[in-house]
Amino acid sequence: MLRFNRWQTIGLAILMVLAAYVTMPNFFPKDDPLPGFPGTGLTLGLDLQGGSYLLLDVGTDVVIDQRINNLRADVRTEFRRAPRVRFTGLEREGDAVTMRIPEGEDFEAAESRLRRLSRPLTGAPGRDLLVTSDAEARQLSVTLTDEAREAYANDAVDQSITAVRRRIDNLGTVEPSIQKQGDTRLVLQVPGDGDSERLKSVIGRTGQLSFHMVDDSVGFQEIQAGRIPPRRVVYPSSDGSGTLALFETPDVTGDMITDASAQPNPDGGGFQVNFAFDNRGQWRFADVTRENIGRRFAIVLDEQIISAPTIQTPILGGSGRITGRFSPEEATELSILIKSGALPAPLQVIEQRTVGADLGADSVRAGTIALIIGFVAVVIYIAFTYGRFGLYADIALIANVLLIAGALSLLGATLTLPGIAGIVLTIGMAVDANVLIFERIREEVASGKPSVAAVEAGYKNAWSAIVDANLTTLIAALIMFQLGSGPVRGFAVTLGIGVITSVFTAFVITRVFAGGYVLRARPKTLKI
Amino acid sequence: MAFQLIPSNTKIDFVRFRFVALIISALLLAGSITAFFTIGLNFGIDFRGGVTVEVGPADGENFDESSLTAARGAVNDLNLGDVRVQNITNPGGEQGIVAFIEAVIDSEDGDTRQNEVATQVQDALKQALGEEISVRRVDVVGPTVSGELVQRGVTALVVAIGLMLAYIWFRFEWQFSIGAILALTHDVILTIGVFAVTQLEFTLAIIAALLTIIGYSMNDTVVIYDRIRENLRKYKQMPLKDVINLSVNQTLGRTIMTSLTTLLAVVALFVFGGSVLRGFSFALIWGVIVGTYSTVYIASPLLLQTGVKRDWSEGGSKVDTATTV
Repeated sequence: MLRFNRWQTIGLAILMVLAAYVTMPNFFPKDDPLPGFPGTGLTLGLDLQGGSYLLLDVGTDVVIDQRINNLRADVRTEFRRAPRVRFTGLEREGDAVTMRIPEGEDFEAAESRLRRLSRPLTGAPGRDLLVTSDAEARQLSVTLTDEAREAYANDAVDQSITAVRRRIDNLGTVEPSIQKQGDTRLVLQVPGDGDSERLKSVIGRTGQLSFHMVDDSVGFQEIQAGRIPPRRVVYPSSDGSGTLALFETPDVTGDMITDASAQPNPDGGGFQVNFAFDNRGQWRFADVTRENIGRRFAIVLDEQIISAPTIQTPILGGSGRITGRFSPEEATELSILIKSGALPAPLQVIEQRTVGADLGADSVRAGTIALIIGFVAVVIYIAFTYGRFGLYADIALIANVLLIAGALSLLGATLTLPGIAGIVLTIGMAVDANVLIFERIREEVASGKPSVAAVEAGYKNAWSAIVDANLTTLIAALIMFQLGSGPVRGFAVTLGIGVITSVFTAFVITRVFAGGYVLRARPKTLKI
Repeated sequence: MAFQLIPSNTKIDFVRFRFVALIISALLLAGSITAFFTIGLNFGIDFRGGVTVEVGPADGENFDESSLTAARGAVNDLNLGDVRVQNITNPGGEQGIVAFIEAVIDSEDGDTRQNEVATQVQDALKQALGEEISVRRVDVVGPTVSGELVQRGVTALVVAIGLMLAYIWFRFEWQFSIGAILALTHDVILTIGVFAVTQLEFTLAIIAALLTIIGYSMNDTVVIYDRIRENLRKYKQMPLKDVINLSVNQTLGRTIMTSLTTLLAVVALFVFGGSVLRGFSFALIWGVIVGTYSTVYIASPLLLQTGVKRDWSEGGSKVDTATTV
């Protein structure tokens, strides 16, 4: 058990060199890597490099709700198409749209017309609508199938990822990471010392843009009294200066805009936002402005009027501008919202962790100091306690740190402050396996065994306790990894890896040295 | 030169002290539980929901006493309910000011409100202390997430203890797992108790520390149990009490040694690791001490109460021949 052949020793040496090799790139800046070394390396967690972690909840309920509302309009359109189907009491009841088919109308025909609305889902099995009928009461009801709900919710989440990414890219921030978590959540991580408030306001708005004609025949009194003609909507202006009644149907919508940018307003104070339409938008906008000279149109963002200018001349060129007394930041934000397009569903920030870059740097420093001091203290203590064997254990400890660093680099793991704590803790606990072995050797020596046999028995008999003892810590680490989030996970990863590598180094590497020593020197008395 | 802290052949009668230990532990447990229910834990925003904003002075400047007063005034003026504003020393050594704002729970749009509060507090602090101050940390935990974190934390602890129970049962037998689990629960309760008494902030990191303590305490216990099992095989006629004493004494050197190296490491974390890790490393220091105590005085003597299987000759015969040289 104490003898290693040459190849085993060389194998161990190669392993160490490999660990060092994959760890090396960490000590050089990413943009100026050391030639000849792999692209491996740790990523510093946001708590160490500074940045924002946002947990976003995608409002899929809103999407579903919208779909069900649209369903009502779809039914109306379908039944009004020739041959017409008469119906009464078309309304939404909970998650379903219900209607009654009056006597004298062919109930079966109406039902089959309704069923015809149902289509196969794109990108998912099943159909979108579920029709139920009650011939006796002449009631029909249509709702979304469970598959459709799931598919729409998934679509909304996936599209949100794209939309959020586009917005953040437009903000000019470096490499955001966006991941789906669970069914309806997104984890957004943006490194750097950026302004988290700005980040939140950019992704916190739906960004639904539309252009409506203002109905000036509806005056202030009517709006106050709530006498709003049909197919008009009343929206407040974003600066709180009042409300206007608009035609409900937008003339142009935000998806017809291809580009937007902020620039100082040449005609006066503040900033303005320039935008450009695509072809469809250009034609529509040209038509609307040509036909409505002298009237006002409103630019509406998320149910707020951001501007309501009077049309002076037809705008034919396919571009326009939104003026208002915008600050440069407001104008930039607005242009980002317009350019990136609307979010498919509202996003709610439900958790935020932002760490400034200087606090992160402080943490790195503090963590490193704690790591070095803890390491040195343990190394000295072990050498002091076990003499020669202690030095072997120290070599194993160094190998252990190297292996942890190598494994983390190879995995491209994210190192967090608790992760550093995990490494420090592992250093303290890694010695345990060696302590078990050495104490066992002491016992074997005390029971009168000659040195070689004592060392051999020490390793052999300590093994079961080592495995049992380390498995318990490994179980704890696994649970933390499963149930923890962010920083706790970082701790679980380093602790778990550290436990595994420490068993290896303590049991194998020290044995190479300890075995080599007793076999070579064959000491009469073992000093341990 | 080898140095032996604990002599190899100690013959301390640990089992004799078991009733004393039992009384001490019972008192400590009672104290912890009382503290938990009367004083309660100082839950961090992870579990309670809320907003924490930490700011530091602008480059090359310093906060003074008036800064804290100004910050406190500005945040209080927002009328956000339960608010704490205090000084904090950063790992880098410079002063900072941190504001804690209680969650606005129980409202429909609690999550939205929370974000507004975060914005307001940052604006207020900037107004009171100057636009140039650096925002060092902003944590916002909405009511949805804090509820989940509580649930996940409790689940993690329960699952951990359950798995440990199963593991010991599988590796030893049920009498052993009873002792081990009681010792574990003892450690967890005492740690929670010390957090109630000291009113240190109880955060997600403390749950991680508790899980680590569970792993560590278990590790300690398993090593002694392993030895007890081995000695039961070796000395078939020896009374259980003596077997336990012998095993605890035989492993005492290791128990102390490992606790000390681990303590060295976590004390280094506590002293040098900065404020972010302070609560976490404090929990670990306490856990290592309590865990070592409970292993020696609770987990092992408890086997006398539960009794153990004496005949280990069947199953694991391989280990048996190896150990009875």
